[in-house]
Amino acid sequence: MNRTENEASRMVLSPSMKLADLIELNYSLLAVLSRLGIDLGFGENTVGEVCEEHGIDLSSFLLICGIYTYDDYIAPNDLLKAGNPADVVKYLHSSHSFYLDDELKKLEKSLEELVAPCDETQKKIIYRFFSEYRKEVENHFAYEEETVFPYVKSLLSGGSRNGYSIEQFEENHSNIDEKLNDLKNIVMKYLPSVCDTVLRNSVLYHIFFLEEDLDKHTLIENNVLVPMVTRLEEHEKRQQ
Amino acid sequence: MKNDSSKKVLLIIPSRIMVRGIEGVFSDLGEFRVEGILSDISRTSETRLKNMDADLIIIDPVVFDYATRPSGRSYIAEYTDAAVVALQTIVMEDDVWKQYDEVISIYDAPPVIIRKLRTALSAHQELPKPDSHELSSREKEILICVAKGMLNKEIADLYNISIYTVITHRKNITRKTGIRTVAGLTVYALLNNLIDSSSVE
Ligand SMILES: [Fe+2]
Ligand SMILES: [Fe+2]
Repeated sequence: MNRTENEASRMVLSPSMKLADLIELNYSLLAVLSRLGIDLGFGENTVGEVCEEHGIDLSSFLLICGIYTYDDYIAPNDLLKAGNPADVVKYLHSSHSFYLDDELKKLEKSLEELVAPCDETQKKIIYRFFSEYRKEVENHFAYEEETVFPYVKSLLSGGSRNGYSIEQFEENHSNIDEKLNDLKNIVMKYLPSVCDTVLRNSVLYHIFFLEEDLDKHTLIENNVLVPMVTRLEEHEKRQQ
Repeated sequence: MKNDSSKKVLLIIPSRIMVRGIEGVFSDLGEFRVEGILSDISRTSETRLKNMDADLIIIDPVVFDYATRPSGRSYIAEYTDAAVVALQTIVMEDDVWKQYDEVISIYDAPPVIIRKLRTALSAHQELPKPDSHELSSREKEILICVAKGMLNKEIADLYNISIYTVITHRKNITRKTGIRTVAGLTVYALLNNLIDSSSVE
């Protein structure tokens, strides 16, 4: 799903846009809405109205939607300045639970179903690969949940920094896309032909979706959260 | 009397005396000719490295500082895929020499030097050409080692090849299969019956 359009045809996401039109522009934003706790059935309401109703910071919402919609989106400075990092953290946190509690469980189930006709050794090694992947994702998320997010919250409430800075996150933040990409290649190219084609396709669709979604997730961390928090740190320094 | 079939050699050697010596050996024995001389590794030499399409490079690893010496071969590989032979002028650790396709010593007799250059060229040409999509038999052997958890250095020692060659093979394996992690390559090896489960327990 490549939604990059040329500059002329690109629609600027704005508060006065109807939310339904935004979804029409990029339906993968449906996942974003549910992670932000925005239920469907919003009628003719605009982006601005829906955000206000749900108490969601409008700038953060536009930034997240922008990254999801355009591959080469550059977060505008005024939005970064106006946005509230707490809302970005809230979004990232609920994406984490969404991946671990829903998506990876679903993927594991359908993968198990897919490789059921394979021999025992093949099954065992594929299960092992998948659980290594999940462990990697869990560790990655755990660091953000236990170190990065609490740091942002404490910074927002004027609390202590404990010697941490967002730069440490920025420098060590890795991609977690390698094993998922490997799994995609294995399912697409190397599983034995006893595996059902329809199941195989649906597992592949799922992996492609997750790959793109995790990629956007990482972009939101790197290109929205990090610059927002850096600004906050600088602001705090100036006040001291 | 210029022989057009002679192999083009680029020298990366700071010592003028060494350069003269090698030119002398070449003009006596033919087959190779000096196409260019660099006395160091700088920005401008990088450009020349890239643009000169040499068949073979002879380098004195003293042009690299101590820290970058062990990865000198891969540094060169970023600019050219010529065969690279090291010229040993001073004592260095084994790892420095191992990465090169051959090592010549300043005490080698001229015919020995020529023979080593020939070996380096032919060994280098045996490296798989990047246009094939299937894994070569050497790539399969290396894939099996990787799947079993062996390190690059252990693989290099086992097959008596340079670490650089192992890395090139591994890059090609990943390019062909699309699989990047060791865990993924293990699954690949098992699904393709290159290993059995007992070797990955
Ligand atoms: Fe995250
Ligand atoms: Fe992350």
